[in-house]
Amino acid sequence: MAQRLVTLSAAIALLALTLGPIGAVLIWAEGVSSLRPGDLAALRFTVWQAFLSALVSCLLAVPLARALARQRFRGRGLLLALLGAPFILPVIVAVMGLIAVFGQSGLINQAFAALGLPRFDIYGLHGVVLAHVFFNLPLATRMMVQAWLAIPDERFRLAASLGLSRRALFLTLEWPLILRILPGAFAVIFVICLTSFAVALTLGGGPRATTVELAIYQAMRFDFDPGRAAALALLQLVLGLVAGVVALALSPRQGFGVGRDRSVPRWDGAGRRVLDAVVIAAAVLFLLLPLGLVVARGVPGLSLLEGDTIRAAGHSVIVALASTLLCLVWALALSTRRGELLALMAIAISPLVLGAGLFLVLRPFVNPFSMALPVTALVNALMALPFALRVLRPEAESIRTDFLRLRQTLRLTGWAWTRLVLLPRLRRPLGFAGGLTAALAMGDLGVIALFADPDRATLPLQVYRLMGSYQMEAAAGAALLLLVLSFGLFWLFDRGGRVHAQSRTG
Amino acid sequence: MKPLTFAAGLVLATSAAAQTPVLTVYAPDYFVSEWGPGPKIEELFEAECACDLQFKPGDLLPRILLEGARTEADVVIGLNTDVTGKARESGLFAPHNADMAALTLPVAWTDDIFLPFNYGHTAFVYDTTRLDAAPESFDALLEAGDDLRLVIQDPRSSISGLALALWVDAIYGEEAEAAWAKLAPKIVTVTRGWSESYGLFTDGEADMVLSYTTSPAYHIIAEGDETKKAAIFPEGHYFMVELSAKLASTDVPELADQFLAFTVSEPFQSMIATGNWSIPAALDPSGWPAGFQQLDLPETVLFYSEEEAAERRDAAIEAWRSGLSR
Repeated sequence: MAQRLVTLSAAIALLALTLGPIGAVLIWAEGVSSLRPGDLAALRFTVWQAFLSALVSCLLAVPLARALARQRFRGRGLLLALLGAPFILPVIVAVMGLIAVFGQSGLINQAFAALGLPRFDIYGLHGVVLAHVFFNLPLATRMMVQAWLAIPDERFRLAASLGLSRRALFLTLEWPLILRILPGAFAVIFVICLTSFAVALTLGGGPRATTVELAIYQAMRFDFDPGRAAALALLQLVLGLVAGVVALALSPRQGFGVGRDRSVPRWDGAGRRVLDAVVIAAAVLFLLLPLGLVVARGVPGLSLLEGDTIRAAGHSVIVALASTLLCLVWALALSTRRGELLALMAIAISPLVLGAGLFLVLRPFVNPFSMALPVTALVNALMALPFALRVLRPEAESIRTDFLRLRQTLRLTGWAWTRLVLLPRLRRPLGFAGGLTAALAMGDLGVIALFADPDRATLPLQVYRLMGSYQMEAAAGAALLLLVLSFGLFWLFDRGGRVHAQSRTG
Repeated sequence: MKPLTFAAGLVLATSAAAQTPVLTVYAPDYFVSEWGPGPKIEELFEAECACDLQFKPGDLLPRILLEGARTEADVVIGLNTDVTGKARESGLFAPHNADMAALTLPVAWTDDIFLPFNYGHTAFVYDTTRLDAAPESFDALLEAGDDLRLVIQDPRSSISGLALALWVDAIYGEEAEAAWAKLAPKIVTVTRGWSESYGLFTDGEADMVLSYTTSPAYHIIAEGDETKKAAIFPEGHYFMVELSAKLASTDVPELADQFLAFTVSEPFQSMIATGNWSIPAALDPSGWPAGFQQLDLPETVLFYSEEEAAERRDAAIEAWRSGLSR
């Protein structure tokens, strides 16, 4: 009973925070204004690029995750951790890194020119998809690997002793797993790409790459037409929900049952070492080269970092930790299928409209400027919630099913169940989800524009301020600091979650 | 007794603080960084006002419109002409009472609500070490080979991008769409804001970037680098001015007036050139820093009045959109 109350209040808080602000904007604007002819084209492009981005990310994630799950090599742990890095980069930094590799004067074109090949043009729909895959392939891969590791090893031993062929192994273990994870991963990536704006515009190369979020930006910032912004935001929300419903309908409920938590070496990787090595090497090049260039560009700027930037870094770390705590508690309370669907709304909602709505709601009660950091922490927790749930929910549900009899036999109370069974068994996904949240909360700008406080800037905001004042080198240094801190937090949480996993060999 | 003493102390402390009047100034975000003009403005003005100037950075007009008459702002600084129409309509702003005789703008300025403090012009900036000869006119830019790589900003999300759309509209009028279509193959990409474009330019991704005639001054003065130049076109350049204004709802109207007068006074004006990398709005060129005096500036300045700009805006953006989508 108490548990249902917790879930219910978490759901109500989530609904209030997503629909409340849109409602506030609608009331302020006195209704929705009609859409413009260009909005339909923007909608088509938005859905199409989000669909392609999610599809490619998910399709590529399967061979990569499989290679990472069945092979053991030096640096695998580090690589798994580094896979979190693209996802957590601030957009502007990642775009600069990608252009340094794939741009007109990027590494690839330099190599092409040296070989006498024609110039490769990144700008266009393929560029948008490439950038979104850069951000989201690692996420999808980590979700798959996470799930692969959650298959009890006894299942693989059984498969080995039955002498299953590779094909049979795929059909009995891997395919159900893919079915269980991919639709959800697809939905979450699709929804996050729906709200893409700066990436789509910069790599799309021009007005053909106009997204709904850009139209919202224009309505909110330039035309001061909150009614139109709210109408577009609602449209985006509906799209996100549809994607969520479809994904949940496609993913089956059953898990793989309970194991004894022992680790056995995978026997099925042996004959596929070369293939897996190629897959992993290609992914490493694609993902780490742009990151490497961000690092290389940032190093000279590190010496230019001054007090403001260091203070901003401190604020960002505090915000990130607060967001993580809030998000994990929230996610645990909501770790059901319906909860996950609700949470998808959080990222489908336009940050601009969310910010404006929160501003309108909070203003009668508090001074918005004093709320800059708490609001940022809250919104970041909200935005990270779908990712945290995507990681936590399938495992939490399996634990609930698998240990139901134990729970009933022992008559465990809600708290004892959470403390003795749920949390220890969720340790690995909790660490990963916590790392994702912390890193996302370091990087996100979201709603800060209306709540900015001169003395409490966050690090991403500081990067923009430096760029706006011609301090490109210092900005690159600050971006590197951001990358290091985001990654550091991600690594700490993720590692914390995996300590248990590594000590259980034997 | 103790909580009461504490509460009394709090009340006393707040009333003591209340004796120093506070001037709340909304400013664009980049103003308040240690590299922006905010800290210097605060220092100079507090030296003469016996007040506490507090900057609140972030969105300007959207925030004020959301807040309405209950806004905390006394003054807003850093508005652009593209929003003055909406701002005036809202009735939230009051006349500034400042003396406009001192203005040294290249266009006549008689607005009694929005007071300029610095200006510049849209221009394509290039690096002389990477581009031997820049196009000598806008026409020449349109006719230049397609290997010339430009990066510009989106007129729907950036003020400089909008100024470019109006610039093309002012030069080419009905032919604007065709002009954009000629420019299209040279445009590497369109970014959301100025920072992303300028970053791409300094990274070597583009030969020319849509920026301001004043951008080279930053490189000359701050970096001792004279290789960045603005290409000057005889057709003229679009005028971009930054404005401040007083809120009608301010509770410190005298202080707000004093601040606005300060923004066109000598101490502010001689600081703003290097503070905001723009041309002072009320300072004779002889008073400009040396780096500004050596800038190439256009002889013809194009500028739409508020009404004209409002009227041309949608058409100018549509010409941009359809010209580039061809």
